Amino acid sequence: MKTAVIVFPGSNCDRDMAVALEQVTGKASAMVWHGDSTLPDNLDLIALPGGFSYGDYLRCGAIAGRSPVMQAVVEAAERGVPVLGVCNGFQVLTETGLLPGALMRNRDLDFICRDVPMIVENSQSVFTSGYRQGQEITIPVAHHDGNYFADSETLNMLESEGRVAFRYSDSINGSARNIAGILNMRGNVLGMMPHPERRIEDAHGGSDGRVLFEGLLAAIA
Amino acid sequence: MKLRIVVTLKNGVLDPQGKAIQHALGSLGFDGVSDVRAGKIFELEVADSTSDKAIDSMCSKLLANTVIENYRIERI
Repeated sequence: MKTAVIVFPGSNCDRDMAVALEQVTGKASAMVWHGDSTLPDNLDLIALPGGFSYGDYLRCGAIAGRSPVMQAVVEAAERGVPVLGVCNGFQVLTETGLLPGALMRNRDLDFICRDVPMIVENSQSVFTSGYRQGQEITIPVAHHDGNYFADSETLNMLESEGRVAFRYSDSINGSARNIAGILNMRGNVLGMMPHPERRIEDAHGGSDGRVLFEGLLAAIA
Repeated sequence: MKLRIVVTLKNGVLDPQGKAIQHALGSLGFDGVSDVRAGKIFELEVADSTSDKAIDSMCSKLLANTVIENYRIERI
């Protein structure tokens, strides 16, 4: 499985993502700089990592969403290449329009950094096939702007099309319908606020995040 | 030409920051503030030849996220 991690100025989970991908796939990820306008050929996964791209200037993910490499990411996504955006990566995906809605400041204005339980709402996607439908998993979040917003029409569409991938078991940040992660219509783009790359071995307190990468590997291989 | 772009949250979009400011005003003893909505202002210096269409694109493509925000263009 050939993977790439996009690195923006201010990304800080790019190495964690690369380590997780290498541990699961056995191959090092290509690290692609935001200023590049092309991606390596024949990628099986593009990962947009967490962090504070461009210092969260303007809006979280706004500047990164318009960086040269994102044009190539959008084109790859349109060809069906799986794209995973975690935390700031999720914010970038909404800013590019690959995913609907927006991530706003947490309801209580606090930065939330802790393990949170969440439910796998769709275990049929290429990203979530390693989980059981309805399984409760625990993955850490670390964000200030994870309060998912979309109009009710969009939320109803996401629900009816099975595009809510993960839902927090309890309300943590004001996110509409407790949404933690969503898929695009085709199912090859996943944005999620929780950090699966921070939960891949026992030393992390569990491996619920590893299952995502293993499921992806199994689905693609 | 100088432009001022005013970006505000759409109606119905919860504004936790505005709520916090409203509470802080109350703590300072300013009674009767029933709502606060926080927004952003950008001042741009652009070439006089810049078209209205280009200015509008700047707003819709970058300065505002039209999922959650409205924008208003003022020439100053």
